[in-house]
Amino acid sequence: MLEIKNLHAEVDGREILKGIDLRIGTGEVHAIMGPNGSGKSTLSNVLAGREGYEVTAGTIMYKGRNLLDLSPEERVWEGVFLAFQYPVEIPGVNNAYLLRAGVNAKRRHLGLPELDAMDFMQLVREKAQLVELDPSFLSRGVNEGFSGGEKKRNEIFQMAVLEPSLAILDETDSGLDIDALKIVAKGVNKLRSPERSMIMVTHYQRLLDYVRPDVVHVLADGRILKSGGPELAQELDRRGYDWVREEAAA
Amino acid sequence: MSVRPEELTAKQYDAGFVTDIEQETLPPGLNEDVIRHISAMKHEPAWLLEWRLEAFRHWQGMQEPHWAHVRYEPIDYQSISYYAAPKSRVNAPKSLDEVDPKLLETYEKLGIPLREQEMLAGVAVDAVFDSVSVATTFKEKLAEAGVIFCPISEAVQKHPDLVRKYLGSVVPQSDNFFAALNSAVFTDGSFVYVPKGVRCPMELSTYFRINASNTGQFERTLIIADEGAYVSYLEGCTAPMRDENQLHAAVVELIALDDAQIKYSTVQNWYPGDENGVGGIYNFVTKRGECRGARAKISWTQVETGSAITWKYPSCVLRGDDSVGEFYSVALTKMHQQADTGTKMIHLGKRTKSTIVSKGISAGHGQQSYRGLVRIGAHAHGARNHTQCDSLLIGDQCGAHTFPYVEVKNASAIVEHEATTSKIGEDQLFYCRARGVSEEDAVNMIVNGFCKDVFNELPMEFAVEANRLMEVSLEGAVG
Repeated sequence: MLEIKNLHAEVDGREILKGIDLRIGTGEVHAIMGPNGSGKSTLSNVLAGREGYEVTAGTIMYKGRNLLDLSPEERVWEGVFLAFQYPVEIPGVNNAYLLRAGVNAKRRHLGLPELDAMDFMQLVREKAQLVELDPSFLSRGVNEGFSGGEKKRNEIFQMAVLEPSLAILDETDSGLDIDALKIVAKGVNKLRSPERSMIMVTHYQRLLDYVRPDVVHVLADGRILKSGGPELAQELDRRGYDWVREEAAA
Repeated sequence: MSVRPEELTAKQYDAGFVTDIEQETLPPGLNEDVIRHISAMKHEPAWLLEWRLEAFRHWQGMQEPHWAHVRYEPIDYQSISYYAAPKSRVNAPKSLDEVDPKLLETYEKLGIPLREQEMLAGVAVDAVFDSVSVATTFKEKLAEAGVIFCPISEAVQKHPDLVRKYLGSVVPQSDNFFAALNSAVFTDGSFVYVPKGVRCPMELSTYFRINASNTGQFERTLIIADEGAYVSYLEGCTAPMRDENQLHAAVVELIALDDAQIKYSTVQNWYPGDENGVGGIYNFVTKRGECRGARAKISWTQVETGSAITWKYPSCVLRGDDSVGEFYSVALTKMHQQADTGTKMIHLGKRTKSTIVSKGISAGHGQQSYRGLVRIGAHAHGARNHTQCDSLLIGDQCGAHTFPYVEVKNASAIVEHEATTSKIGEDQLFYCRARGVSEEDAVNMIVNGFCKDVFNELPMEFAVEANRLMEVSLEGAVG
């Protein structure tokens, strides 16, 4: 699904990613953990194609294509989805309207007929149940006046509607209380499928208690220092990150 | 992936092209003889000629105003030709085959439907398509209701008493430099009179286009809603592209008597000049309505995307007790466009109420100023005003400025002012793109969301047009 080789990336001329290698197979769920400032969010943004994140070396192949050749919206149409750490508010732009525009742009790209308002509303009502969102939020402005939990649930809901092949969840657990975390995790689990790969970027292990990853990677100082099974997350939670650094330096 | 803003904001003017048609034109220059000539061409009564000359004498003693936040080269008023009329309208063409092909080409580019093309071109529609003629149907319906709607030059001939009574009663000849110039040399415009208790049976829009095909740069509009009457008037325009700057100085006067209501909507898309700021229309307009009677209401709604320079403050004089004034505006400045626009709400009567919602969007090198005056007179007990003034910036080369003036001479008044300035954020655009929406569609969505409060005030068909106009105008306006 995704193969990252020797990825270097800069923000404002400062190198943040210093040679990432990562291979994610179809249907696999990988967790990327690491201390603050390690480059986790930079990696998410590079994958989604955000401007200002400049790839200086390395390659990212997605489904056999060079991902870096695609604009952010083309990546979405090809099945890449980023759930934001900090979803922005866009006053006056209706949630349902934005999402329908995105879904139909993707369908046009894939040569499928566009969904009319009726079909679309039926689809979103169904998907909203996944994360227990009240459908009335659809007619509100994008993230406008949403609580932190609602914003994160909205991200997962949008993911459900856009049905990506590769979902990147950037700190989806941050700022959530335990009840909201459970709802979000339940939604993510329902969206797991043999055709869908996921990258969960997180600082803490607690999301991984609810969404069990296949592989856990430790990202620190712009490199992946260690990879392992789910038990690695628990060890990190217990021992912190320093021992990984020391081990890598040794 | 990233594109320089200057490349993107230079969206071509879709309705801009020159149509070369023979016109009967006076040589450039302005003096009393020119005014006598205009008046004679229009077979005007002596009082109107005198009125024009009076205006001209005022104008000669006036200075062009320079307090607005706009910059332009000095205008040579003696280099302008003050009268140009299409040649003989007596022998109207019988079908489009007889119409100048260049004119047809113009309509084609503007995407005007065939039927409307015929009307605009002055084809004798009534004879050809008698049973289906929209214009004929309109005329009959309006006549039935007793509504007078015709070119102001025709009203001067057919309804001289009404014209004489109301012309200049809201915007006097000496009101300001451009209004004085207009009063001296106006060539045509629209006249509407809705009699007592009559609700005008239709939006005066398509019909306006038919009439407006031949109005000049000094347009004069006069709308009177008698007691209890209601009228909704729609104005929309695109101008042919010209190289030299083109001065437009229109005057619009609205009069609403007791319990009358006038809704005046504008969608303006005049040539804004090229990407280097060369050319474009100078739009120096005086629009003012007076709620002369109790409980009268006047609403101005405008969507302005055109002109190189806009100087425009549609205003309401709230003379009648309990009268209401409203101003809803969306103005877009891009490339090198400059706009100094806003409104004046003059509260004279008791319990008068006014609402101002102004949305300014600046992109490219556009500069926009909101300039508003809310004046509460000494006798305006219990007057209320609410002003909301929002600016949206696209890119970092443009500017938004706000100049609100508030004068309150009555302690019982309540005046509120809210203002915001925001920028279409890179993070908002990226969020939309990360949901599969292209950058351009994302800008349109965000701008439309920003304008919604105003677009909601437009009559249905105009709201659709306004949306499309914003989309076309904003194409690529991302920085």
